[in-house]
Amino acid sequence: MEKKRKLSGRKRWVGLFFVSPWLLGFIVFTVYPFFSTIRYSFSRVRFKLAGMETTFVNIRNFTDVLFKDPDFKLALPQYLVQLFLFVPMVVVFSILLSLLLNGRLKGQGFFRAVFFLPVIVISGPVVKNLQTMGAATLRGMGDFPVYRFISGSLPDFLSAPVLYIFDNAILILWYTGVQTLIFLSAMQKTDRSIYEASMVDGASGWQQFWKITIPTIKPFIFLNAIYTIVDVSMSAMNPIIMDIKQAMFDIKKGFGFASAASWIYFFILLLAVLISYLLLGRERR
Amino acid sequence: MKIKKIYRAISRLFFYITMIAVGFIFLYPLIIMFAESSKDVHDLVNPLVRWLPTHIYTANFTRAWNVLGGFDTLLISSGYMLLVAVCQTVSSAFIGYGFAKFDFKLNKPLFLLMICTFILPDQVTFMPKYLMFKSFGMLKTIMPFLLPALFGQGIKNAIFILIYYQFFRMIPKALDEAAEIDGAGFFRIFAGIHLPLAVPATVVVFIFSFVWHWNESYLADLYFEDAIRTFPLALTKFTEYFQKLYPVEDAGNPLLRMNEGVRMAGTLLCIIPLVILYLFVEPKLVESLDRAGITGE
Repeated sequence: MEKKRKLSGRKRWVGLFFVSPWLLGFIVFTVYPFFSTIRYSFSRVRFKLAGMETTFVNIRNFTDVLFKDPDFKLALPQYLVQLFLFVPMVVVFSILLSLLLNGRLKGQGFFRAVFFLPVIVISGPVVKNLQTMGAATLRGMGDFPVYRFISGSLPDFLSAPVLYIFDNAILILWYTGVQTLIFLSAMQKTDRSIYEASMVDGASGWQQFWKITIPTIKPFIFLNAIYTIVDVSMSAMNPIIMDIKQAMFDIKKGFGFASAASWIYFFILLLAVLISYLLLGRERR
Repeated sequence: MKIKKIYRAISRLFFYITMIAVGFIFLYPLIIMFAESSKDVHDLVNPLVRWLPTHIYTANFTRAWNVLGGFDTLLISSGYMLLVAVCQTVSSAFIGYGFAKFDFKLNKPLFLLMICTFILPDQVTFMPKYLMFKSFGMLKTIMPFLLPALFGQGIKNAIFILIYYQFFRMIPKALDEAAEIDGAGFFRIFAGIHLPLAVPATVVVFIFSFVWHWNESYLADLYFEDAIRTFPLALTKFTEYFQKLYPVEDAGNPLLRMNEGVRMAGTLLCIIPLVILYLFVEPKLVESLDRAGITGE
C-alpha cells in the first residue's frame, strides 16, 4: 500500500515532467501572444525609437476592418464562399475517394499513391501559381455540354455553386489527401462480416453505404470537417491571411488593425467549427 | 452464373475507368506544368501546340533552377527543415507520452487545451511572436521555427502529439509495470521501450513535419526576411529574382524574357524534390499509417 502510493505520487510528478515542455511553450508561444493580440486589437500600435506605444482606441479597429477597408470587403465574402462550398465538397469527395480506394482490386496501391501525392506537394505558392496560370482548372471545361447546360438553363442561385465546384474540381481533390486517409483507415477497421451479413439479408450496395458505412465513419466526418475548415482557412486559398500580413506593415493600418482582422477571421473560423459541430458532432441517440 | 461473371467484369471495367479519370484530374496540374514548361516562346504562342512541344527545350528549367537558387537553396532549406522536423518529432513523442501514460492532476484539461490549439490560427498569435523573436535577434535564423517546434507549438503540432498519444495508449500498461519492477527508470522506459515500439508513429510524424515545414511560406517570409531562401519562398518572389538574375537590358532576345514557361518550370521544380522523396517513402508511409492507428482501435 505504502509502496503503491509512493509510486503513483512519483508518477504524477513524472507525467508533468514529460508534459512540461509543452506547458512552457504553450504559455510563451500561445497564451501570452494570444492575450497580447487581444490588447493590440483594441489599440493603435506604433513603433518608436523607445519601443512600442499602444493607445486605446476602443473598437475602431474592428469597425475599420468590417466597414471601411476595401481589401477585406473583397476577401470576407470570398472566404465565406470557401467555407460553405469548398469545405463541404472536400469532405464529400474524400468520402467518395476513400470508398473507391477501399476495394480490393489490383492496382489499388498505385491509385492510392496518386491520390495522396498532393498531400506532400501542396503549398501556398504552388497553389497560387497554379491558379494564376490556369493549371488548376481543367482546360476546355466550358465546352462540356453538361457545363453549358448548367450555366445556361439553371437559375443563378442553383448554377453558381455547381459551376464553382466544376471550376475548382482539381483544388477540391488536391485538398482531400489527409481526410481520405482518415476515412480509409476508419473503413478498413470495420468488420467485413457486417457487410457479409447484410448481403445475406439482401441489402443493396446503396443501403449498405447509408446504413453501415456512413454510421461507422460518422465521427470521422466531423473530425475531417474540422480538419478541412482549418486547412483551407490557413492555406493560400484564403485571401484574408495575406491581407492581415500586409496590414501589419502598412503605416495606416499597423498591428492594431491586423490584430482586429485576425480576431474577426478567427471568429468566422470558430463559427464554422460550431456549425459543423451542430450538424455532425453531436452524440447520436 | 455467366450473367454474374459479365456483370462483375463490367463493374470492374467501370471502376478502372473511374479510377483512371480521377487519377488524371489529380495529376492534371503536373501534366500541364510539364507541357508548358518544356515549350519555348514560339510554342507558347502557337495555338496548335497544346500538349506536346515541337522540340525538346530545357532552357526554362535551367533558368528557373537558377532563379530558385539551385542546389544551395535545396541543401540549405532541406538541412534546416530536417533539423526542425527532428526536434518536432522528438518533442511530440515526449509530450504525447506524458499525456498518454500518466494521470496527473491537470492531464485532461491540458490535453483538451492542446487539442484546441489546433484550430487556433497563426494569425492570432504571430504578431507578438514576431516582436519577441525580433527583440531576441532571432529573425533571419531558423530559431522562430525551431523553438516553437521544440516546445510543442510548431506547425500543426497538436496532430503530431495526438498521433503519439493514440499510439502510446495502445501499448499495454503491463509492459510499463514489468519494466518498472525490473528497475528501469521512467526515462529509460520511455526511450528504451516505448520509443522503439513507436516507429510507425515516428515515421508518419517525421515525414509530415518535414514536408509541412518545407512547404511553409507564410511565416517563413516574415521570419527569414530573405536571409534563408526556401523553394516556396523563392517561388513567391519568382519575378523579382528572375529580373535580378536576368536583367531586362539583356533581354532584347525574346527567348530570355520572363514568361509562362519559366514560371511553370519554377513551380514544377519546387515540387519535384518532394515527388522524389514521396516515391521513396510512400510504401513505408502507407504501412506506417496503417499501423499508427490514427483512427484509434
